[in-house]
Amino acid sequence: MKEAEIRRLLAANLLCVFSVILTAVVPAFFWDGFTVLGTHLAWLCVCSVCVSTLHIILHLVLKPNLSPKRSSFAQKISRFLKCCIYFFMSCILFHAIIVLYGAPLIESVTETFLFAVLLSTFTTLQCLCVLGPNIQAWIRVFSKNGAMSIWESSLQITTTCSILGAWFGAFPIPLDWDRPWQVWPISCSLGATFGYVAGLIIAPLWIHWNRKQLTYKSR
Amino acid sequence: MQRGPVLLFLAWVCFLFFAGIGLFMSGFLLTRIELASSSSCSDPLVPPPWERQSLPPGSCWAPQRFSKAVLVIIDALRFEFARFNPAKASPLPYENKLSFLHHLATSQPRHARLYRFRADPPTATMQRIKGLTTGSPPPHVGSNFATYAIQEDNLLAQLVQNGRRVVFMGDDTWEGLFPKKFFRSYFFPSFNVKDLHTVDDGILQHLYPTVDSGEWDVLIAHFLGVDHCGHKHGPDHPEMTKKLTQMNEMLRSLVDHLGNDTLLLVAGDHGMTETGDHGGDSEKEVNAALFVYSKTALFGAGPPEEPEAVPQVNLVPTVALLLGVPIPYSNIGEVMAELFSGDGDAVSAALQQLSVYHINAKQVDRFLHSYSLVAQDLPAEQLQRLQELFSSAVEEHSRLLAQVQGVTLVPPELESRLGSLIGRFQLYLREARAVCTQSWARFHPLRMVGGCTLIAASCLLCYVASELAAASDSFYRSCLLYPLLWGSVVAVLLGLARVFTQEGLDLLLVSSWAAAASQLGFFWHWWGRHPKRARLAGSQPPLASVGLRQRLRAWLGLAFPMGILLFRCGAMFSDSFVVAEARVAPFLLASLVMLLVGKLHWDGRLTVPEGPKQHLLGFSSYRREIWYLLCLVAMLLVCVRLSGFFHQCREEIPQCRPSLFLSPLASLRNTRAKNLFYLLCVALLAGLVYAVRSWLRHYGNLNSSDPLVLFVRWGFPLVVLCIACYWAVASSADDSLGKLQELVQVAVVAFPWAVYGLASVGLLLLLCNPMTVFAKDTRESAGSIVTPYLGVPSSEVDFLHVIPQIYKRMQESQKSRLERGSCKATVAAYGLGSVYSAALVIALTLLGFLLMLLHSERLSLAFLLLFLEAFMLLHIHTRARGLAGDAEPFSVPWYAVISWLLAASQFFYSTGHQPIFPAIHWNAAFVGFHLDHSTNLLPAVLVGANTFASHILFAVGCPLLLLWPFVCEMPSSQKRKSKKEPREELQEVEEHMMEMRLRESPEKFSTALLQLGLKYLFVLGTQLLACVCAAMILRRHLMVWKVFAPKFLFESLGFVVSSICLLLGISLVMRVDCAVSSWFSQLQLR
Repeated sequence: MKEAEIRRLLAANLLCVFSVILTAVVPAFFWDGFTVLGTHLAWLCVCSVCVSTLHIILHLVLKPNLSPKRSSFAQKISRFLKCCIYFFMSCILFHAIIVLYGAPLIESVTETFLFAVLLSTFTTLQCLCVLGPNIQAWIRVFSKNGAMSIWESSLQITTTCSILGAWFGAFPIPLDWDRPWQVWPISCSLGATFGYVAGLIIAPLWIHWNRKQLTYKSR
Repeated sequence: MQRGPVLLFLAWVCFLFFAGIGLFMSGFLLTRIELASSSSCSDPLVPPPWERQSLPPGSCWAPQRFSKAVLVIIDALRFEFARFNPAKASPLPYENKLSFLHHLATSQPRHARLYRFRADPPTATMQRIKGLTTGSPPPHVGSNFATYAIQEDNLLAQLVQNGRRVVFMGDDTWEGLFPKKFFRSYFFPSFNVKDLHTVDDGILQHLYPTVDSGEWDVLIAHFLGVDHCGHKHGPDHPEMTKKLTQMNEMLRSLVDHLGNDTLLLVAGDHGMTETGDHGGDSEKEVNAALFVYSKTALFGAGPPEEPEAVPQVNLVPTVALLLGVPIPYSNIGEVMAELFSGDGDAVSAALQQLSVYHINAKQVDRFLHSYSLVAQDLPAEQLQRLQELFSSAVEEHSRLLAQVQGVTLVPPELESRLGSLIGRFQLYLREARAVCTQSWARFHPLRMVGGCTLIAASCLLCYVASELAAASDSFYRSCLLYPLLWGSVVAVLLGLARVFTQEGLDLLLVSSWAAAASQLGFFWHWWGRHPKRARLAGSQPPLASVGLRQRLRAWLGLAFPMGILLFRCGAMFSDSFVVAEARVAPFLLASLVMLLVGKLHWDGRLTVPEGPKQHLLGFSSYRREIWYLLCLVAMLLVCVRLSGFFHQCREEIPQCRPSLFLSPLASLRNTRAKNLFYLLCVALLAGLVYAVRSWLRHYGNLNSSDPLVLFVRWGFPLVVLCIACYWAVASSADDSLGKLQELVQVAVVAFPWAVYGLASVGLLLLLCNPMTVFAKDTRESAGSIVTPYLGVPSSEVDFLHVIPQIYKRMQESQKSRLERGSCKATVAAYGLGSVYSAALVIALTLLGFLLMLLHSERLSLAFLLLFLEAFMLLHIHTRARGLAGDAEPFSVPWYAVISWLLAASQFFYSTGHQPIFPAIHWNAAFVGFHLDHSTNLLPAVLVGANTFASHILFAVGCPLLLLWPFVCEMPSSQKRKSKKEPREELQEVEEHMMEMRLRESPEKFSTALLQLGLKYLFVLGTQLLACVCAAMILRRHLMVWKVFAPKFLFESLGFVVSSICLLLGISLVMRVDCAVSSWFSQLQLR
């Protein structure tokens, strides 16, 4: 059972990795002059949209959190609306935090906001998919020994890695190398993406290695 | 409590660091002293009168041979670039490109010659320009910090002084070095290394018209294209071919435009490595090219097979004498004699050469003499030898001249004597130069490594001692007394050795040896204590493994603040990060605080242990404090972000614009904006005073009628009033006041002095009687228990929790007596619980006023942010401790110390400073003074206080990190109280002890202070160590004199200031402790 679930997790994560890679490659065929660095904002949009659709599809297909009771249509709608609001709020929150960390306040607002959207896609959207709009569960998952399934462990790892990647991405900005990827927010968004991809790959492996120690409490 | 040993320990650690800094500095900074004297035409060095008459008009010291000169400097023209080897079949991109030079040298061998031009390291353009004009290796730290302008006598100053018109075109570095020296100048920006053509094309546009116009005597053209091409592409690149070919064409057409009386010099200031960089001392960087040409014959003989190598400084006396101007005073170069041989026969050529050698030698001797009078760094015995060499050569010279004078045909015997005399002069000049460069132009690696090791060992010592610190006598004996003894024994021994060997006593070396010895002593005794504990632990094997795991966990807990510190230190090793440090420090501070919150959350400290009921409610699983904590963090982040608006710029970031708030209000044109800003600043000052007063009132420290409290009540507003008046006077427009001008002149001086006076009165009061406690003695009154709220002068309803400080021990000590007297009475002391921090807060506010006065008006906003941020940090620290449930209230965790120091360095930048000399606020020296200082000490103190304002405030406030959790413990205890059963009333009294908890256990208190001081010094010292290592390892880096060395200097000065202020802050706490003790003893006597 557990092995099978880990395999499913691995497949899902690899799919995500694959989709991230595709977003960098495929649009170039349809759109002349598309590069990740050159038309970065476009890539940010494409990547956010692709990753979020993939997440939603995966969520619908795999159903990691089998809710015991069936909910009515109205409940579903309200859930969905709540998710949207949460997502939007997290974008704003990320934007504020990024600005507080030193991003320009007035110039390049679009760039900063799209970066915030990307970060939200990598973190909040995943949480919304796996846990639903339930802050209570979020708080539980992001504390020690809070994860209750491999999906939640994976969530912990990918989220942390994405944010760490974004944090490390800020490091090369002051260097005087004059590279195109040092422009705000390219290095940070690339860092977040690499962190996310690394998290996706690490998560199943880490869970596999630690499967003896990981005994999840049943809900 | 043990006050002496704690202070002594900290002072000793500071001394260790200072010794390390001093040792490193003496090895790192070249300490040549710049002499202010300059040569002039009438100096008595010149040849005897009978030769002087023969000097043509317009000549000084020696007959002028050329009336005009063109100096073409091609930046980074390596010797290989200029050399032409026709035999080479397939030349590299940079080889055989300057064919025109080769053509001149072969077709007119007596008119042109190529030399190897040996540059002295450091091979950076600015240093080289200094060397090429002053004739001596440049000192690293000039006498004048404010400008880069050359203060020493130099070739350009001599030319201008003697009425030559100097025209310059090219690299704008010269503009800063020689302000207002040029008759006409065309400067082009040199900063953009990627731009190959702007400077060169600009010069080419002006070069030929200027040459043809004839309105010049000396023309200097400094081309940068080759150097920039090297930086961008490296020498081995087709671009270099293009650039060198362009230079070749330029020289070809330039020579066509020159007249017969013109000397052409083509020189490279330094070479470049295979990657196109320079700055170091490798062969390829040092080996530049020099080409000399004139249309009249220069040389007596043809060129030698292999081009001769001449040191770069030799150009200075040569050009000076060829153009007939005096040699610059501090020149140590030797004339290139073959240029003085002229057209005559061998003997007259030799006589000519002899006369220039004679002048040159006299000038160098004069320089060495006056230099040795002001500085001792040239070895005395060497100087003695040089002196002998010189005087014998001069004697021989005058003897020979007398013999030659009458004779028309010089006998061959004399000819050989002439030759040998020239050799002697040459020997003298070369030896003098060797002696000078040996003692100046060299780092002392041994001293640098020694200094670095001392600092590193001191850091380690701080860490070890902060872990060990205990208030036991044995600790102080083994960790303080013995090491001090070791150190003083070594110092005395060294002193004795010096006395016996009759050598000069080098205080620096002695103190560093003493420091090293005392460190050794410390580690030796520490090691001696260590095995005992290890054996003790070893006797219980099962416990040992637990201990290991716990230790591992402790290490992991340490990892996160230390990781941030590590990042900060790593950033010191990259010039870009040093340049961008104003943004690095806030980034790391924000990360540290966020990480702290994240860690608390991860550990589940923020959530209430889950119960089944709470599961249903929305946010109830969070404690209520979390919102408070999050608000604090958000406020802190906002403060950090806002403080970024007060930035100063460095020239390395050309697109940066300095903050508008840095300029004084007087510079604002718009009157309305000026008034608004003025009102805002004054309002903020008043707000600060109000906040401090209400804080003090909240904790009951404003109730007594002591002079200090009265000062806080009335003196603070008065200080604000004075500052406001000063700002008003200083920022008013000069002309608007008309008749009041004189009054204004007085007011500008009087108001700052009033502030200085008031602040010093306040500080003195604080030192004399730091108690802000109001004691209400109810023992005489009919035995009721305290009702402290009634008698308080300013108590208000919302201060219901004004703390009636019932000091438990007092109560107990009196209890027996009182019970006997059968009346239940007690003493209520208001503000006793925050007496330590109240003193610190008052001191900090006073210091803040002083420092604000020294800054421009609008920076008071930054200071307000500073106080706010410090307040937030303290509260976050307190909250985090409360939530984490630390078992040890007496030790300050590392993250708090590191965040405190990060905030200190952040506000160094946010008060408009940068670690570069041009960014120093020199205006601060004239606050309260009228453009005049009798001594240098006072302005240095004022400017230093201005520069290190944030270091001072944060270091003095450092003990607050220890005190704040005690001050703030009350609200939480109240909460707890409500939960507890009423029978625990005794417990409740204990809860209200606040800072008196510290007095309860004086041993722990002193240990805690020592530990805090050591931790602070450790973090400071680690940053310093990173700077020192960066300066040492990267001493050949291109940016070392622009970035790393100033950073090191500022960091070490900041360290000195911070450590002294830390000692002052801790001693203030101890002074309060003394006062509290005497207060208690008085109370008991009553």
